[in-house]
Amino acid sequence: MVEFALPRNSQVKTGKTHKAPAGAKKVKTFRVYRWNPDDGQNPHIDSYEIDLADCAPMVLDALIKIKNEIDPTLTFRRSCREGICGSCAMNIDGTNTLACTKAIEDIDGDVKIYPLPHMPVIKDLVPDLTHFYAQYASIKPWMQTQSPAPARERLQSKEDRDKIDGLYECILCACCSTSCPSYWWNGDRYLGPAILLQAYRWIIDSRDEMTGERLDNLEDPFRLYRCHTIMNCAKTCPKGLNPAKAIAEIKKLMVERRV
Amino acid sequence: MGKSNSALRNPLGRVRGLGSAKEGTSHWWLQRVTSIALIPLAILFLAAIFSLVGADWAQVRTAFHNPFVAIVGLLTVGTLFWHFKLGIQVVIEDYVHGEAAKIATLFAVNAAIYVVGLAAMLSIVKMFLGD
Repeated sequence: MVEFALPRNSQVKTGKTHKAPAGAKKVKTFRVYRWNPDDGQNPHIDSYEIDLADCAPMVLDALIKIKNEIDPTLTFRRSCREGICGSCAMNIDGTNTLACTKAIEDIDGDVKIYPLPHMPVIKDLVPDLTHFYAQYASIKPWMQTQSPAPARERLQSKEDRDKIDGLYECILCACCSTSCPSYWWNGDRYLGPAILLQAYRWIIDSRDEMTGERLDNLEDPFRLYRCHTIMNCAKTCPKGLNPAKAIAEIKKLMVERRV
Repeated sequence: MGKSNSALRNPLGRVRGLGSAKEGTSHWWLQRVTSIALIPLAILFLAAIFSLVGADWAQVRTAFHNPFVAIVGLLTVGTLFWHFKLGIQVVIEDYVHGEAAKIATLFAVNAAIYVVGLAAMLSIVKMFLGD
């Protein structure tokens, strides 16, 4: 049924403000979504004033500075700090991206930081990606063959290897899937842009021999055809990839195998 | 209804669910085909309609006596409602959650499309056959 108001516990309140130290030269305010599952409180936005003269350049650097020097309770995922692990994906300044590759100086005004949209939140900026990872597992993201294993590597021409460019770079940060309205409304059944791009990475790999089965598994009004080329995925991808194009290629193969 | 969605269920089991429906391609393809077909059809049909602006009933009926005009009219209206049916189905599946509400909405909208579409096509047939 239609709900006209948010549940009481989902209304985001204003939280604490942590002032910049006296003598700060270049103050920037970071407004960060906070929610603790253990205290029974509503989510709230805490403000942290940071002296950029004493902070490294990326948003992740500021978050780490906050955790180290101001508020150790702030919870977020991070690992590689160079855009390859995908852990620090979050919504920064209204766009899903990686905190480690987003420069603070590219953001006008206050830096607003929220968890990835429309996912269950575990705590603060940490979303629950269990379902997302299960969807990834469901496409069997490994090479599947029927022919006996050769004595050496399975070979591939340079042209065939080129077809994986623009796909293998995906780090599964979930920025695209959580920016997709179709994934928001029907994410229980729609696989979403990240998983479909990964599925296409194996479909188009010349060494894989289960292409038909892979297409069979995707041929479904909800798993694949919820994509309406809204293109938020391509717009938000912090790696500059185009999941919408990969999905379009899958749809073309679906037609190709029946005409 | 359907299989368990209990929190105890393995996440992969939940995703694999009832498996793929092995369809959706015809629906997607026909939506493209009907939209492309509507470009020439709509131009021809609208040209026929605009050429009849200001005409009286007898002149309109005479125009639709022409089999070319009648066929273009029937194809345009049929393709248009077909395209509409395919498109609105996607919108309903996107936004109406809950199986019962979804099926009821699809049924009601489809019924309305068939009734209005057939009425429109029958009018053209009537003009073609009438004297």
